[in-house]
Amino acid sequence: MHSILAVDDSASMRQMVSFTLKNAGFNVIEAVDGQDAWEKAGQRDFSLVLTDQNMPRMDGITLTKKLRENPKFKGTPILILTTESSDQMKMAGRAAGATGWLVKPFDPAKLIEVIGKVIR
Amino acid sequence: MAEMSNDSASAAAGIDLSQFFQVFFEEAGENLESMEQMLLELDIEAADDEELNAIFRCAHSVKGGAATFGFSDVAQLTHQMEALLDKLRRHELNPTTQMVDVLLAAGDALKALLARHQGTGDAVPDTTELLVTIRTLCDGGQVDVAGKASVAAPAPKAAAPAPVPAAAPVAAAVPGVPQPRSLELTITEGANPELVDNITELFTEIVGLGTIEPLDGGKAADGVRRFKVVTTSSDSDLLDLFTFHVSRESVRLAPLGAGYGFHEGAPGAPADEPAAAPAPDLGYGFFDSAPGAPGADAAPPADAPAPAASAPLTEIVPAARPAPAKPAAKAENKAGAALESATLRVSVEKVDQLINLVGELVITQAMLAQNSKSMDAGLNQQMSSGLADLERNTRDLQEAVMSIRMIPMSMVFNRFPRMLRDLASKLGKKVELVTLGESTELDKGMVEKITDPLTHLVRNSCDHGIELPAERLAKGKPEHGTLTLVASHQGGSIVIEVRDDGKGLSRQKLLTKAREKGIDAPDSLSDNEVWNLIFAPGFSTAEVVTDVSGRGVGMDVVKKNITALGGTVDIDSAEGYGMSVKVRLPLTLAIMDGMSVGVGEECYILPLGSVVESFQVKPDMIKTIGGSGRVVEVRQEYMPVIDLEKVFEVPRFDFEHVSNIMVVVEADGARVALLVDELLGQQQVVVKNLEANYRKVPDVSGATIMGDGRVALILDIGSLVRRSRH
Repeated sequence: MHSILAVDDSASMRQMVSFTLKNAGFNVIEAVDGQDAWEKAGQRDFSLVLTDQNMPRMDGITLTKKLRENPKFKGTPILILTTESSDQMKMAGRAAGATGWLVKPFDPAKLIEVIGKVIR
Repeated sequence: MAEMSNDSASAAAGIDLSQFFQVFFEEAGENLESMEQMLLELDIEAADDEELNAIFRCAHSVKGGAATFGFSDVAQLTHQMEALLDKLRRHELNPTTQMVDVLLAAGDALKALLARHQGTGDAVPDTTELLVTIRTLCDGGQVDVAGKASVAAPAPKAAAPAPVPAAAPVAAAVPGVPQPRSLELTITEGANPELVDNITELFTEIVGLGTIEPLDGGKAADGVRRFKVVTTSSDSDLLDLFTFHVSRESVRLAPLGAGYGFHEGAPGAPADEPAAAPAPDLGYGFFDSAPGAPGADAAPPADAPAPAASAPLTEIVPAARPAPAKPAAKAENKAGAALESATLRVSVEKVDQLINLVGELVITQAMLAQNSKSMDAGLNQQMSSGLADLERNTRDLQEAVMSIRMIPMSMVFNRFPRMLRDLASKLGKKVELVTLGESTELDKGMVEKITDPLTHLVRNSCDHGIELPAERLAKGKPEHGTLTLVASHQGGSIVIEVRDDGKGLSRQKLLTKAREKGIDAPDSLSDNEVWNLIFAPGFSTAEVVTDVSGRGVGMDVVKKNITALGGTVDIDSAEGYGMSVKVRLPLTLAIMDGMSVGVGEECYILPLGSVVESFQVKPDMIKTIGGSGRVVEVRQEYMPVIDLEKVFEVPRFDFEHVSNIMVVVEADGARVALLVDELLGQQQVVVKNLEANYRKVPDVSGATIMGDGRVALILDIGSLVRRSRH
């Protein structure tokens, strides 16, 4: 079973994402911010990292950069969730090594659709 | 609301979003609270980057959730706030008092909107003006005092290094901006062609509403119809129109597009996915050549904007500069989010149930302790030590359970900075609030009940106490009035003091006023008695009734509410220098420390906090004055004697008996000596409300069940002290 690391500082978003992914048959590990995610990433492998951008302590782009520096996560798909659908944010994500982005708000089906494209 | 906000796609995924609403409401509430807090604390002259970021994050978080869960009105307003806050944190604009005011007002509107979505609020706030005002401020414009937007000054271009590249199309809904946007309208009652026709007709009937065209070729899929709407109207306006014809739950508006994207060549990005080019419409994308992007192994298309993995990096990094706003500063700061995982939300009912059970346990334990007294401790050693353990554990358990309900006074004090700020500006006064002892803890039930009386006292001080700046200066006082709130533990009580350095109470004015109202007020009254006149029903000292504190509840209601909680109010004042109102409350309503005394066959409980001392009385210590009144002399101090036997008409079978134990108790600053037969002991008692179970009995505040199963009345010392005055 694929494990997904879901990172968001908002409890309601985390719950929604986690519920959706579990419903779709994924194993989900939640993290409350980038720092928490970085610590959890050190403990195990993930098939995908799904992270919010704007979070306290460590944001999504910093997390992405840190993960990419670790050989373990060199090829792991990383998707950044962002409400700012600006090109700037996308490019920052790209520079950090993110695989792609997903604009909030999205609905559960969209999330599954996008994840289906990167996890096979 | 089961199917609310679910469009066809999410229905297919089998997710009912409404199950997350409660978490969202709580989270949004917390975010708005902390945003308000931070806005109030924001130093406009030297705003800290981290503070601005944190405020931005609050608005951002609320917006994200609101948009996801389909609360478009909330999303719309937070979007605009976020836009303003974004400019502030990027230093494209400098914070002003106006901005803080408008953001605070917007926070209030959001709370009202959220309350309405939860089905608790009544009025629907009109956010149109707020949206315009925030946008004007956001564009660098000014707003006048009333909050209306005036002509916008040109945006300070110098400070803004082309914030958004011109090429970036505005993808998601940008509310209020009068440029056409494409939306996807989903109608779940789509199987009914009549309803759908009604909605499409709206677009022909109303000029300027925009265009609508089917996305599904005119056929409903699973009873769901989808349309593309191009409009300049806001989401909420559209929804208001649509809901004339269909229920709110069955329509949903979402930005048109896929909502995601991949970067070409990024690790994991799908090979068959078109590259990032149509990104704004899709709403998602993959970066080519990035690790994990679908088709990373495939050769990137020749015309791709970023063909190589290494080359674009240098080119892109400058563009990305403003985005990761100082990650170093953000890290290791505010562990708030992490803390969340260490706390648990439990409904108050569950805690109350637990407290009730512990109360019963305390009674059972006391009963066992009582029964075991006659037991031979030598023969039942194990039993005795078990009972001793039980007693200790019961007490610990009780304390632990009670502490669950204890919350810091800051929960009450926190509301005052905002309230005073609004109040002071409304009255044209300058008031500084000082709070002390915010960490003092108080029972949650008590906090809820004390909030209104305290609010009234604070309003009162600001309105009637603190003078206008000019008046203060003329009196040689600082222009800023100071209002101080102090909470502290004193014995078994909590004392909350509201103190101001305003004009204080005028003895003469109060006396005149009292006489006008037909209250008997001789000049011989002590200062304290004069101050207490303001608690008389319908008494108000202000010459002009203001809409701040002149109407609504009076001080009499404040006093009544506090007394009902088992508390007392004391006033102290010096004319010209200010006044202080001290509210003394028991820590909790459920359990108290008591001293049990025996009178005849009866047992009464005295609240331990009010007991000063007890002694054996000698006949010559009691003196009779004025016929029936008796006083006792203790260390050259005389105090009234109250014979409990007479007060409660305790039946007496032993007619020879003479009570000879005095217990001195204190309430409302006065002492009385109670005459009793014997002192039985000290113990914790579970307070049972007499009023709720029977009726109000004079001089009695409640009842409890003793260890031997008997019922004992808990005496209302305040009432006994008042009795002695008559």
